[in-house]
Amino acid sequence: MDATLTRTGIWFAILLLCLAALANAVDAVFSVHMLIVSIAAFIGLIATVWNTEFDSVSRDVLRIPADTSRYDDDPIRWGVIATVFWGIAGFLAGLFIALQLVWPELNFEPYLNFGRVRPLHTSAVIFAFGGNALIATSFYVVQRTCRARLAFPGLARFVFWGYQLFIVLAATGYLLGVTAGREYAEPEWYVDLWLTIVWVAYLVVFVGTILKRKEPHIYVANWFYLAFILTIAMLHIVNNLAVPVSFLGVKSYSAFSGVQDALTQWWYGHNAVGFFLTAGFLAMMYYFVPKQAERPVYSYRLSIIHFWSLIFLYIWAGPHHLHYTALPDWAQTLGMVFSIMLWMPSWGGMINGLMTLNGAWDKIRTDPIIRMMVMALAFYGMSTFEGPMLSIKSVNSLSHYTDWTIGHVHSGALGWNGMITFACVYFLVPRLWKRERLYSLRMVNWHFWLATVGIVFYAASMWVAGITQGLMWREYGIDGYLVNSFADTVAALHPMYMLRAFGGVLYLAGAVIMVVNVWLTIAGKLRTEAPMSDARYDEEADRPAVAVPAE
Amino acid sequence: MGKSDNRVDEPTGTEFVGHEWDGIEELNTPLPRWWLYTFYATVVWALVYVILFPAWPLIEKGTEGVLGWTSRGQLAEEMSVADQARASVREEIARVPLERLSDNAPLMQQAVAGGRAAFQVNCVQCHGSGAAGSQDLGYPNLNDDDWLWGGDIRAIEYTLVHGIRQPGDPETRQSIMPSFQGILDEGQVNAVVDHVMSLSGQGPSNAAGAQLFEQNCSICHGPAGQGMRQFGAPNLSDAIWLRGGDRADIRAQILDPKMGMMPKWEDRLDPVTIQMLAAYVHSLGGGEDFVEVAEDPEVEVDEEP
Repeated sequence: MDATLTRTGIWFAILLLCLAALANAVDAVFSVHMLIVSIAAFIGLIATVWNTEFDSVSRDVLRIPADTSRYDDDPIRWGVIATVFWGIAGFLAGLFIALQLVWPELNFEPYLNFGRVRPLHTSAVIFAFGGNALIATSFYVVQRTCRARLAFPGLARFVFWGYQLFIVLAATGYLLGVTAGREYAEPEWYVDLWLTIVWVAYLVVFVGTILKRKEPHIYVANWFYLAFILTIAMLHIVNNLAVPVSFLGVKSYSAFSGVQDALTQWWYGHNAVGFFLTAGFLAMMYYFVPKQAERPVYSYRLSIIHFWSLIFLYIWAGPHHLHYTALPDWAQTLGMVFSIMLWMPSWGGMINGLMTLNGAWDKIRTDPIIRMMVMALAFYGMSTFEGPMLSIKSVNSLSHYTDWTIGHVHSGALGWNGMITFACVYFLVPRLWKRERLYSLRMVNWHFWLATVGIVFYAASMWVAGITQGLMWREYGIDGYLVNSFADTVAALHPMYMLRAFGGVLYLAGAVIMVVNVWLTIAGKLRTEAPMSDARYDEEADRPAVAVPAE
Repeated sequence: MGKSDNRVDEPTGTEFVGHEWDGIEELNTPLPRWWLYTFYATVVWALVYVILFPAWPLIEKGTEGVLGWTSRGQLAEEMSVADQARASVREEIARVPLERLSDNAPLMQQAVAGGRAAFQVNCVQCHGSGAAGSQDLGYPNLNDDDWLWGGDIRAIEYTLVHGIRQPGDPETRQSIMPSFQGILDEGQVNAVVDHVMSLSGQGPSNAAGAQLFEQNCSICHGPAGQGMRQFGAPNLSDAIWLRGGDRADIRAQILDPKMGMMPKWEDRLDPVTIQMLAAYVHSLGGGEDFVEVAEDPEVEVDEEP
């Protein structure tokens, strides 16, 4: 009862603080955001007062079987659903801005113009879709590879809900016109502070679980997850150092200025790719690929060498985003050579993933989830070759500021991050909801092909568009004068933008098939279809290494 | 490296390391040789590169590299090569009087090409990449035969040099269309609008409108509305309209006239670039012949260019 009273008091205090901030806010957006936080605190308050058992409610809603001798999978179930939900939201936003580039009439001022929806898209896919996938899979993997339940169950739930609040604040802020003007870090100071709190809680839960592990060694996936969590914390804090104009308003000014600010931003921006989208997703790969292939990891030695070389080299490569700018030449050189040296350490992950299929290559023909994983690794390999290549100054002088960069990040994001996440979702859903199998493996196959063809349209059109753009910008006539105006190059790209949007439609269609498949699997339905192969699941073995309490 | 427990994975013939997590084991496969040597090669390449190029941050500044390369140096070199390639052409354009440029077809072609490049950087923002202007915003179309201030190559050059309604330049093209708000009553405005539309054959004229036009407008626009270039007064008797030719547009321009402004390019672009711009704009389709005496009797014409 005392605990309930304390918790009620805390919720009430937060609610009052937010309402006071709302009343005294110096701008409208800040009051909207305080209203959102107040609503969140109010829900927390009501739930506490009514002494609602969160987990039992969530079990009812999600039809989850209850069993305390099992791993603590509730936050993971919520996380998988959030991943799918935010994935669709992010892909829709992406398709919308792709269509805006084809038909500028679709810029609905001011809330849905390109400038506001673009950061909504990037944040939704990277942080909402990718971030939820990382948090959910890390909680799943760390429990199983440590044979221990999550260290701080309450904190783990706070991480999940706190992270969703961060996403809602960031997304609504973009549409209302808030931006800190920093690529991949557009939310303002108070949202950054909130994310810092959530992220530290995440670190505590993750490290706490590793510390109480029942296994002698820490599995390689957990090295990558830990590198991801720690480095993102450091990057996030340094990049977002800022002074707010008012503690009751959205606007703040960066602690850095000029070229130092640019370098800080790209140190962050590049390592968001390196540690969020590469290290974190490699962690997913290191658990789910061997599980699905039912094969041992190809090389322990390679995993050690490529892990340490990857995390040591990646952090220095950011300046390659600032070639031929005011950044001093020496910093540009270092950014470039570290990027080149990064090629093989990146490929180490691809080799270890693909070669884990040694002895099980036939599964590519029969198992659509393995097929997705292999395609993810292939796109990973391709974009981690393309990245170092684009960092070479002479290549960069053609590619920089063109759509080639957009094509490059999307072959990585759609191909690697998207495909490996879809594969993990398909792996997790039947296991988390104790279903015999997915509703339909054939629909996974459809998803695979739609996504793959979509990426091919996307990447190929952006390569052509980017190289066209780069060549037109630098084209000199025989008389020695520039040939094209900027508007000429925009007009030339129009057909490529249409093809890109078409690729996006295919990719989104595949994701919609996934929603149906996941939904019906959770509902407990099985599609009658010719069987395809899938990894075995030993439900009895899937429990922490503690004595099962007597019945 | 990892200790092997001597069990061998059957499909690959490789030893296991001996650890196991949730059913996942690891093989003790050595690093692939091609992977390792490629990695070494990139490291060696990086070491060579950081010796050749600026790379190491020191207290005062970074190392300069054995080759002495700088990005600013590379830019300056490329720009100077490009400038040198164009130097002789520019000298020749500077030497030939602008109105005689068309006698030398290859030189004219060079001037038009240079003008097009300069236009795409400096002029497309208002006049559009095809120089078609914008009727909504009142930027003139440079492709048609209508010229507010004159369409021979010298007149175009003058406009470029001094601009239109450019504050601070006493020689700028200057004029004001007065507002007739409060001067003409509603009926009079309608009568004038009817008359103006009749000048371009868009309806019947009327005596009242004709009289009002005669009294108020013809001093700048001419008795037949054919326009007057010394005031930049537009021709109202043709089908080309700067700010739209329907009733509402004409009415708005009488009651609340909008007047365009063009920056002067003197001191912002060099004289040869301005001449090339004039040649390009003149070449777009509506360029008029230069008549020396009519435009300015004091221009000295060099007979031997």
